[in-house]
Amino acid sequence: MTDIAAAPPKAGRSLWADAWARLKANKAAMVSAYYLVFIAVLCIAGPWFTPHQFTTIYQDYNRVPPSLSAYPKPEMLDLAVTDAVRRSRVDLLSWEQKDGKIYITVTSAKPIDERMTRYIDRSSVFEGAQIVDKSADGLKVILSAEIERKYFFFGTDNSGRDLLTRTLVAGRVSLAIGLLAGLVAVVIGVLYGAAAGFLGGRTDEVLMRIVDILYSLPFIFFVIMLVVFFGRNFVLMFLAVGAVLWLDMARIVRGQALSIKRQEYVQAAEALGVTRTGILLRHVVPNLLGPVVIYMTLLVPQVIILESFLSFLGLGVQEPMASWGVLISQGANNMPGANWLLFFPSLFLTTTLFALNFIGDGLRDALDPKDR
Amino acid sequence: MNMNFKSWLVGTTMLAMTASGAFAEVVLNRGNSMDPESLDPHKTSTVNEANVIRDLFMGLTVQDAKAAVIPGAAESWTVSDDGKVYTFKLRTGATWSDGSPVTANDFVFAWQRLTDPATGAEYAYMLAPVVNAEDVTAGKKKPAELGVKAVDDMTFEVTLNAPTPYFLEMLTHQATYPVSKANIEKFGAEFSKPGNMVSNGAYTLAEFVPNDHIKLMKNPKFYDAANVKIDVVNFIPTEDKSTAMKRFEAGELDMNDDLPTEQLADLKAKFGNDLKIGPYLGTYYYIFKIPKAPWDNVKLRHAISMLIDRDYLAEKVWSNTMIPSYSFVPPGVSGYETRTTDYAEMSQIDREEAAKKVLGELGIGPDKPLKMEIHYNTSENHKNTAVAIQEQLKPFGIEISLVNTDGKTHYGLLEQHGDFDVARAGWIADYKDPANFLDLCKTGAGNNYSEYSNPEYDGLLAKAAAATDPAERMKDLSDAEAIGVARDLCVMPLLYYSYHDIVSPKVKGWEENVMDVHPTRYMSKE
Amino acid sequence: MLRYVIRRLLTAIPTLFVIVTISFFLMRVAPGGPFNQEKGLNPDIKANLERVYHLDESLLMQYLRYLWNLVRGDFGPTYTSPDFTVAERFANGLPVSIQLGGMALILALLIGGALGIIAALHQNKWEDYSVIATATAGSTIPTFVIAPLFQLFFALSLKWFPVGGWGDGALINKVGPVLTLMLPQLAIVARLMRGSMIESLHSHHIRTARALGLSDYAIIIRHALRGALLPVVSYAGPAAAALLTGSVIVETIFSIPGVGREFVFSALNRDYTMVMGTVVVIALFTISFNLIVDILYAVVDPRVRYD
Repeated sequence: MTDIAAAPPKAGRSLWADAWARLKANKAAMVSAYYLVFIAVLCIAGPWFTPHQFTTIYQDYNRVPPSLSAYPKPEMLDLAVTDAVRRSRVDLLSWEQKDGKIYITVTSAKPIDERMTRYIDRSSVFEGAQIVDKSADGLKVILSAEIERKYFFFGTDNSGRDLLTRTLVAGRVSLAIGLLAGLVAVVIGVLYGAAAGFLGGRTDEVLMRIVDILYSLPFIFFVIMLVVFFGRNFVLMFLAVGAVLWLDMARIVRGQALSIKRQEYVQAAEALGVTRTGILLRHVVPNLLGPVVIYMTLLVPQVIILESFLSFLGLGVQEPMASWGVLISQGANNMPGANWLLFFPSLFLTTTLFALNFIGDGLRDALDPKDR
Repeated sequence: MNMNFKSWLVGTTMLAMTASGAFAEVVLNRGNSMDPESLDPHKTSTVNEANVIRDLFMGLTVQDAKAAVIPGAAESWTVSDDGKVYTFKLRTGATWSDGSPVTANDFVFAWQRLTDPATGAEYAYMLAPVVNAEDVTAGKKKPAELGVKAVDDMTFEVTLNAPTPYFLEMLTHQATYPVSKANIEKFGAEFSKPGNMVSNGAYTLAEFVPNDHIKLMKNPKFYDAANVKIDVVNFIPTEDKSTAMKRFEAGELDMNDDLPTEQLADLKAKFGNDLKIGPYLGTYYYIFKIPKAPWDNVKLRHAISMLIDRDYLAEKVWSNTMIPSYSFVPPGVSGYETRTTDYAEMSQIDREEAAKKVLGELGIGPDKPLKMEIHYNTSENHKNTAVAIQEQLKPFGIEISLVNTDGKTHYGLLEQHGDFDVARAGWIADYKDPANFLDLCKTGAGNNYSEYSNPEYDGLLAKAAAATDPAERMKDLSDAEAIGVARDLCVMPLLYYSYHDIVSPKVKGWEENVMDVHPTRYMSKE
Repeated sequence: MLRYVIRRLLTAIPTLFVIVTISFFLMRVAPGGPFNQEKGLNPDIKANLERVYHLDESLLMQYLRYLWNLVRGDFGPTYTSPDFTVAERFANGLPVSIQLGGMALILALLIGGALGIIAALHQNKWEDYSVIATATAGSTIPTFVIAPLFQLFFALSLKWFPVGGWGDGALINKVGPVLTLMLPQLAIVARLMRGSMIESLHSHHIRTARALGLSDYAIIIRHALRGALLPVVSYAGPAAAALLTGSVIVETIFSIPGVGREFVFSALNRDYTMVMGTVVVIALFTISFNLIVDILYAVVDPRVRYD
């Protein structure tokens, strides 16, 4: 008899060791896990290493395509010079490029204000503008300026912000939202389901009836109302979404709890006078962990997709923050013109969801006792 | 089952053949960026509804292809010497689509219906210049007391509170259009359904499938039917602008009244002259919550206004589909002198220096930043505008956070004078007159979201409303703008709207105009 | 069985009542109202409008009025399209959504089911991997990416289909929307089918049947498939309710006049009666499909009995 009480922890260890071994043997799941870690690290640390802030607007570089070589491209110089000169309200005579510097000759009907170099500096293409030569009457001026080299590996968005940095920052938001909402859903679902399952009887009936009713409540409507009501604070918003998505979890956990309760070893433990907490910790928690972990890996992609759906409706996170969903819905609006705006965020989102799916499958295979 | 399918197939092929062959009906597919809420002229308010109703009904006056006012249901009119009584002679031979004549009684009925509180007409105020109209709408007087009269079947007389030089212009608005008394008495609220509706315009209503299409057929009873060249008009709602462009490219739409401006460069390359972009009577602006410190400081308001680089907004954010603005009333109203802020002609650098000085005096700078929240309603372009302004003001110590909410929340907040710092708004003219803009800054006006209140300003507007001489009136309005907008920034103008349409080269007779009004009756299709 | 169905239908009434009540008050907590718009209304006119729609009454009174009308089958007028009642809007949109959703669901079940079976029969072979890879792709790419790509490629480049529009229900107009609606569902069905089929093939009675020398084909059809269908059936219920009540994304991008858009835009427009109408319709669909699923369970699996 004492054997039975002592056996489960041991069985637990071997179960986990076993599962781990099987997970390690699943190549798709392991590659996915490494990939996911890689994406997470990239998104969290990446923005510190990219040469741009995710909020910085480069006035002369909106919607430039991705490129491995530096901007400005030679053909862009003319437009940049004309733009900068026009904004300083003088006339452009000529410009030329010499030893990596640019020389601009301008003229005006009124004497030229020397502060006009600021307009040249303000352009995201030039820096260190200074007046080289000035005619006696002050109506003609030659300026020189350095060309500022910038890299946009993923191109820029409609406002002229670096898409690489924005995609990475958006990744932080999307992953955080997925995890946060997933966790909230799991916590509520487990507590609720376990309460229903273990308390049983009338309580169970009432609790599950509430779940049934919530199931029939239109989900979209619920989420829209929550988003509208909570304003657009994304933490609150996704706590709310998580609070809506716990229904499945509650059902699964309740089912598990009911079946565990009927297991002979649990009843035996109870008969032996093991406390409720003891039973919960030793028998119930390890048994529930499998389904919960599997469900969580399914829930995270679901939340990320849901977030992108809300972004499509214009209810996503607040600017200048972004999420993958926000970037993708902007990108979809810009097809077929600026296709990089759709391609890169989609690539990140899709591969991440792929990885999560494979990990979910792998965990299921690893933890499913029937397969043993 | 098989038989059914076959006969269905034969049926549809035949249908397709008759449609394309024998009759050769001319069909125009017009993209309309939103479905009308209603086809009852008295229950409509938006531009998209006006597009459809203008084809169905005809007011006393109408707009021609260039949006100039021309006689419509009224053949001619006379104005009393004091400018307060208009007598309209209705067009002889003009009938409803069921053949019955359009009489002065229909107009009396229609205008009473518009102002009647029981109708719940959003645009009842379009008749505000008419004697007692406002009291009727407020429930203080009976609709029968409205200052309109059928002198005889063909003579309609209107008495106004004050001479209103733009009255004929107002009558082109769909809210003032007539409805058939007999028709409404027969069907009640159901009169606006296909099959029930009787109209007096160039077209009649054939089908209305919400979110899909509205089909209008040429009205053979229309007085000028001989010159109406398009037989069928389909108004197709195009809420998704990207899809609208693809449908235009595929030939499913002949025209659309909106463009996805973020794709403008690509669209220009692809469609060239099919794109029609030009000045439109509307202003895109921000408002400060004036009673709330520190926004009650007019110097601070101007400093912030000066820091916003409107050229950049117009050129880069809106791809030149908007025009930088320094006044509330857009140019394009004849006889009106627009009054701009005094830095309108300054260079951006001078503005920034001036603004920096003011901010310095107020103790605001990068080391001692001022926090400011911008509220805007959901839209790609509103977002990009706000993001650009956020970045422009950052180096000067104005730390902006953005609050995006859905349209209803946004306007609900503004209407209830809720808590905000700065919020986005916009105004498209209902009719071509400066007062339509300037009334927004009047003390206590419904759309006065900034809660600006200045007796001097209100006085000038009141003086203008009572003026008999149109030139003097315009002068008063202009002075009001100089005080309320240019000096006090009751609204902070950012950009003037422009219309942006796309029209297939097959469509002829589409004329550009500041009201972006394009009645189908003047168009033809090759 | 009949008694069971009747009992279930009766319990649906209190469920509906609770849902209507929650939604009614939740909706009113949201800021803004149906008559807030860019061109604000002057207070007199707004008061008139509110009087016309009884919005000037106390919230409780409005709630009771709504319930009373609902009991009589009257869903009320819509605020943002006064030419139509809520019932008329649904009469217009539901047939469209049901056609699209029904086609998408049937295709997803047939194709997804077939793919799932193929994958299960070739577990861990290339057929399996390719099915799983495409299925995963289908469920990870957002619909609002697939739909415009479909339009660009099949409608604009190849000119096989129209870009958008319902075209009075012509088959050719349905291809794009049905395919994009179907794709994510197909992916889920294929994965579910594969999983349960594998489990079913490993079960005792299939092994027994094989040992008894039954042909593979007979085993798959008569025995394995039957057991494997259960998870798919229980998934199909809620999926059907969701599909038949439309998809806002597909409808917006393909310009389809279904009811999916109403669900989202009525909430955004604070069109209170329309929101309530959509809530009731979705709830009815969900409740009926859950019931249908439970009945199907009994049909597929003779061990399940209701009394």
